[in-house]
Amino acid sequence: MKTLHIEDLNKIREKAQAALVLREQSDSASSEQSCGLACGAKHMQLLCCGGTGCKASSSHKIVENLQKALEANGVADKVEVVTTGCFGFCEKGPIVKVIPDNTFYTQVKPEDAEEIVKSHIIDGKRVERLLYVDPKTKQHVSDSKHMDFYRKQVRIALRNCGLIDPENIDEYIARDGYQGLAKCLLELKPEDVIDIVSQSGLRGRGGAGFPAGSKWKHALAAKAEKKYVVCNADEGDPGAFMDRSIMEGDPNSVVEAMAICGYATGSNYGLIYIRAEYPLAVSRLRVAIAQARKYGLLGKNILGSGFNFDIEIRYGAGAFVCGEATALVHSMEGKRGEPRMKPPHLTDLGYMGYPTNVNNVETLANVPIIMTKGAEWFASIGTEKSKGTKVFALAGKINNVGLIEVPMGTTLREIIYEIGGGVKDGKKFKAVQTGGPSGGCLTEKHLDIPIDYESLKEAGSMMGSGGMIVMDEDDCMVSVAKFYLDFTVNESCGKCTPCRIGNKRLYEILTRITEGKGTPEDLETLKRLSEVIKETSLCGLGQSSPNPVLSTLANFYEEYVEHVKQHKCRAKQCKALLTYAVMPDKCKGCGACKRGCPANAIMGDVRKPHVIDPYKCIRCGMCKSHCKFNAIHVS
Amino acid sequence: MITLTIDRHVVVVPANTTILEAAKTVSVEIPTLCHIDLEGTCVKSNPASCRLCVVEVEGRGNLMPACATQCRQGMVVHTSSPRVLRARKTVAELILSDHPNDCLTCSKCSDCELQRLVRRLNCRVMPYNDGEHSLRKNEVTDAIVRDMNKCIYCRRCESVCNEVQSVGALGAVGRGFTTTIAPAFGKMLGETNCTYCGQCVAVCPVGALTERDYAEELIRDITSPDKIVIAQTAPAVRYALGEEFGLKPGASVTGKMVTALKDMGFDYVFDTDFGADMTIMEEGAEILDRLKKFLAGDKNVKLPIMTSCCPAWVNFFEHEYPDLREYPSTAKSPAQMFGAVAKTYWADKMGIPRDKLVVVSVMPCLAKKYECSRDEFKVNGNPDVDYSITTRELAALIRRSNINFDSLPDSDYDKPLGESTGAAAIFGTTGGVMEAALRTVYEEYMGKQLPRIEFDQVRGLEGFREATIDLDGFELKVCVVHTLSNARMVMDKLRAGELNYHVVEVMACPGGCIGGAGQPYHHGDSSVLRARQRAAYAEDAGKHLRKSHENPDIQKLYAEFLGKPLGEKAHHLLHTHYFDKTIH
Repeated sequence: MKTLHIEDLNKIREKAQAALVLREQSDSASSEQSCGLACGAKHMQLLCCGGTGCKASSSHKIVENLQKALEANGVADKVEVVTTGCFGFCEKGPIVKVIPDNTFYTQVKPEDAEEIVKSHIIDGKRVERLLYVDPKTKQHVSDSKHMDFYRKQVRIALRNCGLIDPENIDEYIARDGYQGLAKCLLELKPEDVIDIVSQSGLRGRGGAGFPAGSKWKHALAAKAEKKYVVCNADEGDPGAFMDRSIMEGDPNSVVEAMAICGYATGSNYGLIYIRAEYPLAVSRLRVAIAQARKYGLLGKNILGSGFNFDIEIRYGAGAFVCGEATALVHSMEGKRGEPRMKPPHLTDLGYMGYPTNVNNVETLANVPIIMTKGAEWFASIGTEKSKGTKVFALAGKINNVGLIEVPMGTTLREIIYEIGGGVKDGKKFKAVQTGGPSGGCLTEKHLDIPIDYESLKEAGSMMGSGGMIVMDEDDCMVSVAKFYLDFTVNESCGKCTPCRIGNKRLYEILTRITEGKGTPEDLETLKRLSEVIKETSLCGLGQSSPNPVLSTLANFYEEYVEHVKQHKCRAKQCKALLTYAVMPDKCKGCGACKRGCPANAIMGDVRKPHVIDPYKCIRCGMCKSHCKFNAIHVS
Repeated sequence: MITLTIDRHVVVVPANTTILEAAKTVSVEIPTLCHIDLEGTCVKSNPASCRLCVVEVEGRGNLMPACATQCRQGMVVHTSSPRVLRARKTVAELILSDHPNDCLTCSKCSDCELQRLVRRLNCRVMPYNDGEHSLRKNEVTDAIVRDMNKCIYCRRCESVCNEVQSVGALGAVGRGFTTTIAPAFGKMLGETNCTYCGQCVAVCPVGALTERDYAEELIRDITSPDKIVIAQTAPAVRYALGEEFGLKPGASVTGKMVTALKDMGFDYVFDTDFGADMTIMEEGAEILDRLKKFLAGDKNVKLPIMTSCCPAWVNFFEHEYPDLREYPSTAKSPAQMFGAVAKTYWADKMGIPRDKLVVVSVMPCLAKKYECSRDEFKVNGNPDVDYSITTRELAALIRRSNINFDSLPDSDYDKPLGESTGAAAIFGTTGGVMEAALRTVYEEYMGKQLPRIEFDQVRGLEGFREATIDLDGFELKVCVVHTLSNARMVMDKLRAGELNYHVVEVMACPGGCIGGAGQPYHHGDSSVLRARQRAAYAEDAGKHLRKSHENPDIQKLYAEFLGKPLGEKAHHLLHTHYFDKTIH
């Protein structure tokens, strides 16, 4: 393998930039009006999302059909179909974006390909039915930058997702890829690289928010014959998929960042610990690593600097706890994925006994651009203590479900009401859960706090890896806490007592409360037990698992009290607490409910109001769905 | 040195001291459960997982486990603040909530570390006890009983099985609430490479791992009028049994033990020490035989010769090193030699038919229970040793038999299988078999008396010890190892052709039989093992005869019955052969 020099890298960049310029420029152009080849476009590109979500909706078929249609219409030489990473707007996927007019087609089906090519490309007419409709104005919006979902976003970690072909390293290089690494290797000393990372204020995006620079410094200081750089790609929070999206959409950013980290910390070995449940991310990483090796951007004597670095992929079986760095290292060593006490820190004693620096995917994805754009640029974004942006996976009862990236300091209100488009079906906002199973539920009163590591913690939640689940008035907060506990009970490794047994007991108490068997004393016990689990557990999993309980107890205490004292669930989610009754004034005595009842709990004569026997009723709701007169009352 | 404050004490400790260790120096005993450190041996487990030893460290948000938190300069530690007490009690209550409430009938009752702890923490209610219990697989083997519902997941057994013994039969399986310690792939212990060393039992703080109890069989046989029941007691039992009756570790209770056994109804009480002397006669002859061949230039002679008294060690090399099974001595263990002689020589002498004679061995060992069931130690299905009970089982039987042990008079062993030498007395400690063998080998080889009878070089508790003995210009190189991880180290070297010794002694348990899995529980206190070891050497020193070949009853046995060591009869009765028991 010949050594790639910086001049060669720059040549590749220049060559590949031609294709990218079109995409970059079209993003800034105002191109609401004309479109298609008919309007003079010489070269066009069709970007199609190739993320896991859109692929599940057959986006690969769309690509195939687009290609076929282009060929059938004889324009295949002028129009190029590019599979990109995730655009983030998963609610509206699969997405096809047309360059250069920047038309953003949503919820495209494979059979729409023909029409897009014929109408848009050939005839210059946008396919209106596939355009996004602004929920407020009810108007079609063709350019994504005019959508609320994208307007407030600042994409740094996701800078290349949805823009480049993740399986083509040239496109990454065209976006200044590997320039950061080149700068580090050719111009900077490892200490300088760490200084830049420290000055940028970059903190760990995996949950705890530990300053990346400090970690690297520690790793550099460690003396050993061998050191490791590990990318933690064991994304485990339910609903979170930012790391997956980055690896699927921009795998080279991770590869480059690991090499930079290797140089800065004095390590020549990189390992990516990724769950085997991310097959697409795995395959894209493999492609990226292979292409980087081919160019000599991984391997020996990178860019002629004398620095050697290579990356191997290690597969996890999908245990949540293996996202904890010590457990992750154990798992990579072939041991049981269990955390251990720190110190010794992994930067002293890590993989196979060697100093190991573990960073999360999103953290790493920020590193190359910090190197090219500088620490000041990065530090200018965000809040005083939390710099840069954060990617959130927006989910739950919200209009625009998807992956978003906003500057630190953005408020929850901006995210939920502007980017997220507000609560679904016009329901009332009740809470937002951040930080996944380790986080907490925040309420209306927290909506205006600028989000960063500190403010979320202060409010009783945490940043976590960036899950954000919106809940409305139909969500029972006791059940929500129970849901998360169910997760942690299943995902606890079982090593320490408080997490192994304590979480189980919390779950049992919550179950009891949702079944109407709770007592006021249970609330005391919940609080005490939660506090003890937090302060005595061995690792971050147990230390944060009671957060959903404590935060709902703090913010929705009255709901708990209603459950245990009045045996009432205001969200009508706790089946055991519901009472089904026939409203005699509305009942026509048709007997539909009686026939539909699987428990024979309804009595009544024809044309006379029916009655539900509360002892026989199993609260299945069949009567309500059978009644044509809305005569079943649930309380 | 580091200065820190623990409660109201200012403590000065070296760097790398844990809070737990530092607290001990000022008599602050922080409760622990998962932690075990048998100082001076390699038995150590510190997963910091039970979280009972948590303490409050000023400036730290969470409570810290004292067992795994290093002291730092200026640290201020509170070991019993209200916050700590609340947390500790809650953690104990959580453990209780997943532990069967059957202390009264548990075999560990009153010897259980959890029970002691709960009493100490003054747990008076069980607030979470209506919760679900994690149900786990149980198992009864010839030697070990696993009642995993009682497991509190301290993982001492896992640590001992993997790190100390390097066997790896037990490990954590599953996750979360239903995590259990078990062999991999849903196997039972009996299907694995478990050696039945029983060290998992020796460190289990609760009743999850215990020995297979043969008390009912024993009582049935003793009370059966047509059975003659004889006992043989292992060397290491006599200076540990007293602990069960409140005596200090190392207190020798040989005479009382013999009386108790007779009071319980044993027809004859003999001594495995007699078997030990026989072992030295055979093994010593084998050592000399191989040495002579070696010195005569025989390239095929298997050296080093390794001791074979320890049944867990035998299981270990049959499982893991069957290719090297020609190296260990073919001499049976003392207990089996005793059984073979008792059921032939002695039974014939007494006119007792084999099927009426029951030989019971009292052993510090669990692997001996398994050893009894080996087919090669049976004649027409009738075992040479019918069954083996542990020191602990004997204590339980004595208590059950309404015997006030403290006030018992001393009795002597019955003759002729009760006479023994000092060489046999030290069989129960690591280094003891080697020393006993060296005493005989030296005198046989040199044809003269030993100038000094003690071989101090092979004594001690270090996991690996070596010595060179000058045999008139020939340097006899020996080494002594205990615990199976050290045995593995030796065997790996042997396999690689890098082991330069002539004789190797291996015992599976830490300290040898003094730390056997059938002994009264040491609860992590290594001074107990040291006291037992001292007692063994003291007994040896106090003996009139200290070399096996000087035992007059042994000499008589050979003259009357066995002929010569390694002779045809001796070979038939006192030697065995090994199998390839590789577990796939």
